[in-house]
Order: sequence, then structure tokens, then C-alpha cells
Amino acid sequence: MFPIAIEKTSPSIQFLYKLALPVALILWLLPLLGVAMTSLKPSSDLAAGNYFGLPSYLAFSNYADVFNNSPIGSYILNSFKVTIPTVIGAVAISCLSGFALAVYRFRMNLVLFFLFVAGNFVPFQILMVPVRDLTVSTGLYNTITGLALFHIAFQSGFCTLFMRNFIKGLPFELIESARVEGVSEFRIFWYIVVPLMRPAIAALSVLIFTFIWNDYFWATVLTTSAETQPVTAGLYSLNGQWIAQWQLVSAGSIIAAMPPVLMFFLMQKHFIAGLTLGATKG
Amino acid sequence: MKLSLTSTLLGSAALALVATQAMAEQRTLKYYADFDPAPLAAFEAVIADFEAANPDIDVVLQNFDHEGYKTSIRNFLTADSPDLANWYAGNRMAPFVNSGQFQDVSDVWADNNLGETLASAKGSMTIDGKQWGIPYTYYQWGIYYNKNVYKQVGVEVPTTWAQFIDNCAKFKEAGIDCLTTGTKALWPGAGIFDYMNLRTNGYDFHMELTAGKVAWTDDRVKNTFAEWAKLVEPGYLTANHAALEWQDAATLLVQGKAANYVMGNFAVAVFKDGGMTNDTLGFMTFPEITPGIPRGEEAPTDTVHITAGAKNVPDAKKFLAYLAQADVQTKVNEALGQLPINNQAKVGDDPFLQAGFEMLSTADGGIAQFFDRDAPAEMAKIGMEGFQEFMVKPENVDKILERLEKARGRIYK
Amino acid sequence: MTGSATTAIAGTNKRKVGVWKKNQRALAPWIFLAPGIAMFALYVIYPIIASMWLSFYDWDGLGTKTWLGLQNYIELADDEAFYTSLKNNIIWLALYMLAVPAGLFIALFLNQTVTGIRIYKSLFFFPFVISQVVVGLIFSWFYAPNFGLFYNLIEWITGTGVAVLADDRYVTYGIIVAGLWPQIAYCMILYLTGLNNVAPDQVEAARLDGAKGWKMLWHVILPQLRPATFIAVVVTVIGALRSFDLVSIMTDGGPYGSSRVLSFYMYEQALSEYGYRMGYGAAIAVILFAIMMIFISGFIWKMIRDERGV
Repeated sequence: MFPIAIEKTSPSIQFLYKLALPVALILWLLPLLGVAMTSLKPSSDLAAGNYFGLPSYLAFSNYADVFNNSPIGSYILNSFKVTIPTVIGAVAISCLSGFALAVYRFRMNLVLFFLFVAGNFVPFQILMVPVRDLTVSTGLYNTITGLALFHIAFQSGFCTLFMRNFIKGLPFELIESARVEGVSEFRIFWYIVVPLMRPAIAALSVLIFTFIWNDYFWATVLTTSAETQPVTAGLYSLNGQWIAQWQLVSAGSIIAAMPPVLMFFLMQKHFIAGLTLGATKG
Repeated sequence: MKLSLTSTLLGSAALALVATQAMAEQRTLKYYADFDPAPLAAFEAVIADFEAANPDIDVVLQNFDHEGYKTSIRNFLTADSPDLANWYAGNRMAPFVNSGQFQDVSDVWADNNLGETLASAKGSMTIDGKQWGIPYTYYQWGIYYNKNVYKQVGVEVPTTWAQFIDNCAKFKEAGIDCLTTGTKALWPGAGIFDYMNLRTNGYDFHMELTAGKVAWTDDRVKNTFAEWAKLVEPGYLTANHAALEWQDAATLLVQGKAANYVMGNFAVAVFKDGGMTNDTLGFMTFPEITPGIPRGEEAPTDTVHITAGAKNVPDAKKFLAYLAQADVQTKVNEALGQLPINNQAKVGDDPFLQAGFEMLSTADGGIAQFFDRDAPAEMAKIGMEGFQEFMVKPENVDKILERLEKARGRIYK
Repeated sequence: MTGSATTAIAGTNKRKVGVWKKNQRALAPWIFLAPGIAMFALYVIYPIIASMWLSFYDWDGLGTKTWLGLQNYIELADDEAFYTSLKNNIIWLALYMLAVPAGLFIALFLNQTVTGIRIYKSLFFFPFVISQVVVGLIFSWFYAPNFGLFYNLIEWITGTGVAVLADDRYVTYGIIVAGLWPQIAYCMILYLTGLNNVAPDQVEAARLDGAKGWKMLWHVILPQLRPATFIAVVVTVIGALRSFDLVSIMTDGGPYGSSRVLSFYMYEQALSEYGYRMGYGAAIAVILFAIMMIFISGFIWKMIRDERGV
């Protein structure tokens, strides 16, 4: 283990370490803590210049205000409406293509694989104008479907890379023996490989959920109105309305951050497995 | 169980049928707008009145945040068009008119005798001899000041630029920003430039400059910047204005940390929200710089347009005609705290409105829209960035003007 | 167990003989790949080509396109704002790399087994889970003149506060710091997992040889962390070149365009309030793409090598 396990050091160092942990954490999360505290301050505190002291009382009403006086509820709902189909779509597509690229040997295999990988890294801006035109011309501009379709397509690059590497790690003999038994390729996929992919599906779902939830760029390019915008773009436009009302901006930010944060804490194991699976095998 | 399920289904189908029939009778008008909170309330009232007068029309207002709207409009006009959309008069509407995104509404003007009642704005609504929207409000720009601060420092309200600058020295001594602004959104700085140029070189020159007919490196433009530098170089402007929204700067004026603010009349609502009253908030015409030039003023006009993709044109025209009526303009502008375009409408009693109305009706130079409405969009953007930079780094003036000149060469073809 | 399962499945599978049966293995991959290829071609491959094509046109997104040839690129070569953006992109790239060692440092700090360490690890990872929009707003508040935490801290130390986001000297660095916050968390988690896989016997052996501290880190630990380092560098480079959200949220490219980066400038030219030069925007995107291709090619090249090695 590196560095030396702390239990093997002198008690004073152990004590220092245990002291340093919370101090470092507070420093690390200082901006976030500041915003969390601001979100609970009554506006009178801010007007009176109480920016850093404790709130004079806990104004949970800020959160109520944000929900009652802004469309944040519908923004959040839109985010779910974009995110969930994207997760399902991208994971489903990548299970198929990942399987194809991992299991079969054919001439174009590597070329296709690298195309998916490379596509995954391109700057969004080079896609922006044509994707926007495409979405406009199919009548999907400013719709949740239009945004979700793009996300599914783009995320299928990363997901395919991920799935392909995961399936490569599975014991190939299973597939071989099934073939010897004469099981069709589709049955092999559905009855043998998919059940084994469950951890990868879970990990990828959590990852993609976070990625899509946090997308801002495509939300601004492909949607314009409060009926369709997800919470990231919505928050930006609310920020334009809540000038100098930092208690509302803060409360809105915290609300917008909640779903992916909860997702992360509930599915932490899968999340980290997902990130690092993509990593170590990449 | 099965029976009851079918009957429920039948029942709800019947209900849905009734609902769609009701919907068919009720025509909707989709209206995209960018109102701040106070104007939004004013417009919701107008819409409620309109719906009461036309029970078969349902106006669905979708409000955008003010700055975001300016970006969104390009997108929704081409892709997901409402029936009605807010925008601005003058050059600012030219790109949408020229690309066929706004509809010709000359018939609304002709049928309702608007050429007469809205005469003052007809010019700025006309392109190629046709009218492209309905103006419903305009508002003056000028200097809003904190009377208490003037008293505290013991200076008089200036009438000339020299006096204004003298006062600034005294404000600075007292630790007060002589002139405040918040240029994060760029346009507030353009208000200052417009007045500097209008007062230094006059309305006609200003119009030629924004129309791209004069070089930015012209000596007369340099004179404008030299006068402006008297304000910037000694540090009479609020520091960090580039990080402030205009509302943040308004707060400085309210708190007495700043004395003057070059702004549009819509800011009065914000000042009063912050606790200022007619006794503490003052308004003055921007002081004279070059003696003897006819006085030009700035008064942007806000407008509503029918989009090319509108699905319900007849009702949209009905709404525009309604919005042009004298009584409607009286009511909406009273609530907005702005000036009606219709010359038979009444100007509110508010002293700032009265002062603005007086100032504009006696302006012998001419009335400008605003830099970002008089100049084409691209020039406006580059220009306003230059103004912001100048107010932070006045020493860069030559570099800035050369950059603007280069942009002029490219943009006005 | 699995054997019996496959037999069971095979049993239900009637033996059909025909074209499909013979060519199943050659056709199946294409059927599996079809949806993925279709979507990817439509939304990724085609737009890349279309953007390149568009970069030779003048188009306002509304009217007709006019062929310009290389004119957009010639104009770019003489565009001050383009060079500002390019310079900022390079600063982003260079400083964003700090996320890699910083992430390693925090990972080493947290790589212990005291009680509650799991909670600490996940809380340290927190910033990565939050949207960049929220990160941008949090840092705007942090830097805000007059009342921001950072502004006051500087005022307290030096006597005068610095409005980071209004000052062209600091604004880009201020935004990068905001961007580093989640990026460091990302690198940290990569390294923490990497550290889990470091072979304990090798560490012990090195320790017996008298290696410790820096020497141990450099010669024993880092070589084993190479996969984590590689992926950390890749995601950081991509993150730096994609930096759009924070610039848009925190400054909109200002003051006077000094915090623009290529991705933001492109958006500004093509879709913003004052823009709509689609062709010019596309030309900027092509340049950005070319820069990214350098890194993508490197990445692919390494992957090909690894594939061959396997």
C-alpha cells in the first residue's frame, strides 16, 4: 500500500491525519458550502450585507419561492424526459454494437470501433450547425425527442467503447460452446451475453444519466422554451431573471444538482465502476 | 369489471371529443416575449383584456429571460415559430425583415389609420415602404441621479459637461462613483457612448456613424472618445462595471454609492423597488458638450411582430390592431412606466415620464433608437465590446477604433 | 451450469438450414451494428463532413448560401478575436493539466483505511457529479465583486479586492480554476481506483530495498498507475478543449471578449444574438476539430498498439 498505511505511523501523525481530513474537505467544498448557506438566507440578510455570517433564520422559503415562482419544476421534469430515454436508448444500442465489435472478427471491425471512439471525442461545435439544421428540418427542433435523439446517437460512441471492452473481458468459451451447440447468434446475445452484462449496464446507466442531466450546450442549441428546456439551460435563463437575488440562484442551483448527486450516492459502486472500467480498459 | 372499464373508456373518449370541440372553437395565439417582471404583469393585464373582448381567442404567452431571448429569437423564428414575437424597431428588425421572418402588416396600419396615430414611429417601422410590426411603447434615456448624494456632497445639478466633470471630482473625493454602470451585458455602455457622441458631434453624425458611412478612425469620433476619457481616466466610473449587471449598478445608485446613472426609463421601477422616491431620485437631460449643436436624444421603441411561420394570422392581426389603440397604449404604458406611441394616448402622470415626454418632444436634433438598434447586429456587438474595453482601459482607444474600423469595412457591404 | 443452460437453449432451437444459417456469423455483426451505425452516421459523421463543407460558404442560417472558397479561413487568419480564443485555449490546455497531479495528490492523501474514509472519498468526488452550469454559478458567486467570498479574501489580504471576472488579466484563470474543481475530482477517482490495483508485494519489496517517498512514487507506483494517468490525461485534454459551459455561464466571453475560447467563439459567431455567420462559425469549428484530431489520433494510435499487443 502506498503511501504507508496510517495505522502503522505514530499516534501523533494519525491524529494529524484525522484532523486534516475534515479540514481539507471543508476547504475543498467551501464554494459549495457557501452556496448552500446562501440558499437558506432570507433576502433581508443579503440586503443587510450579511453575506458570510450564519443566516439570521433558515429561510426554506427560498426553495418554495423557486418552485412556486419559476418553471423549475417543469425544467426538472424535462430533464428527466430527456435523460431517461437517452439512457435506455444509448445503452440498448451500445449493447448491440459493443457485442458485435467484441465477438465477431470481420474486416471492418477495428475501423468501425475506432470511428466510434474518435466520434466520441470530437468537439461538439463541429456538429452544432448541421445537427441543428437536421433537427429543424425534421420538425424536432425545440422538442424533447429531438434533444434525446441526438444524445442517444452521440452517447452511443462512448457506450460502444465501454460495452465492447466489457464484453471482450467475458469468457469467450461460453459463446464458443453455445455455437457448437448450434445456438443462434441472437439467442447467444440475449440469453448468454446480456445477463452477464448487467453490471456494465448498471454502471453505464448511472454514468450516462449524469452526463445527460448535466448537458448544457445541446440544451441551448436545440431547445428554446420553458416547455422543453432541461434544468441546466433553464437555470441559466433563471439566473438572468434573478439578478442580485443570490439566495434564489443558490437554491435553484442546489435543486438542479440534486438528482445526479442522489444518483451518485445511491449507485456509487456502479458509478465508480463505470468510470474506471472505461478507464482501465481503455 | 370489464364492462365498467369499457364504459369508463367510452366515457373518457366522449369527454375527449367534447374537449377537442371546445378547443376547435377556441383559437390560440402563441406569443413569445421577453418581459422583465413589471412589464410582464402589465402585459398579462393587456392580454386578459384582449381575451375578454375576444372570448374565442386564447393568447398563450411564453416569457423568456430578457438577454436569453435575443439569442433564442433567431432559433425559434426559423424553427418553431410562434404567431407573435416581441422585438425592436429600426435596424434591429432589418435582418428578420430582409430574410422574410417577419410578416408585412401594412394592412393593419392602413385599416386602423395607424399612419396617423403612430406617426412618430412609422419611419422606424418601415422597410421597403411597408410596415413590419406594431410599436407599443418607447422610453427616454438620460441621467438618473441620487438627490441625497448631490446634497451630501454639496454640488448643483450640471447643465454642461464641464460642470458634470467638476462635480465628478468632488464625488470622487467623497468616495462616491460619479457615474455608475454595469456592462456585463454590454449594452448599458452603448447608452453612454450614444450620448457622448450625440452631444459631441450631433444626431446627424451619429446616424451616419451607425449607418457605416463614417470611419471610426475619423477625428470627430476621436473627439467623442477624448471627452469620454475625461470621465474614464480619472476613475469617475464604477470600477468592475464589466462584472456587474445593470441592476447591480442600480443598487449602487440606490445605496448612495454612486451619484449618476445613464439609463433608460425602465430603470425607475428598479430604483423605486430599492426604496427611492420621487424626492430622492432625480432625472436630467444629458448635459451639453459641444455648445450649439441641436439636441439629439435616445428613445428606443419596443415592438410586436407577426412571424412568417405564424399559424393564426387573422387573430394575430387582431391583436396588433388592439395593441395600437389609444386606450390600450395608455393603459399598458401606465403599467410599464413608459411612453405610449399612439399620439391620442395619455402620458402617465409620473414625473419621470412627464420629464421624458417633454425632453423628447423638444429634441430638435432627432431621436436615436439605440446603438444596437441603429447599427447592424454584428457591428453593434464589436462596437459595444470596444466601449466596454475603453471604459476599462482608455489607453487602448486607438487600437479599439482601428478594430471597429476594420469591422466596418467588412460588415457594411 | 452454464453448459447445461446452453444445451437447454440449443434444444429449443430448431435446426433450420438455409442462407441465414450458413452466413449467420458474417451477417449477424452487421445486424447488431445497424442501429448504432445509422444513428452515429446521421448525427456524428455526416455533421462533421457537412460542417467542413459549410466552412467554405457565407450563410446566415436564413437565406441562401454563397460560396466563398477559403475566404472564411483567410478572415480568421486576420481576426484578433480568433487569436484571443486560440491563446485562451492553449492556456486552458496547459493549466487544465494541473488536474492530473492534483488529482493524484488528493488520491494519495485519501488512500487510507481509517473509519469513514469512504464518505470522504465520495464527498471529495462531489464536484464532478454537479453540472458545469451549477459549478459556474457557484464560482460566479465566489468571485462576485463586493460580496464574493474570494473577493473579500483578497481584499482582506491585500487591501483591495479583485473582481476576477471583470479583469482581462485574470478572467481566464478564474474560469479555469472553476473548471479544475470538478476535473481534479475526476482525476482523483481514477487514481484512487488505480491505487487499489497497485500490487502490494511490489511496494513491500521496494520498501525493503529502501525506497520511500518520491522515489517510491516515481519508480514503483507511477509506472503501475500508467493506465489511470493515460485516461486522466485524455479526459483532461478533451475537457479543456470542450470548455464551453463555464465560459458561457460565467462571463459570456467577456470582459470585451477576453475570456473567449474557440468553442465559445464558434457558438457566438454562429448562433448568438449578434452572430449568425454559420460559415465562419463552421470554419472555427474545423480549426478546433483539427486541434482535437492531434489528440484523437494519438489516442487511437495507442489503442491500436494495445490491441495488437493483446
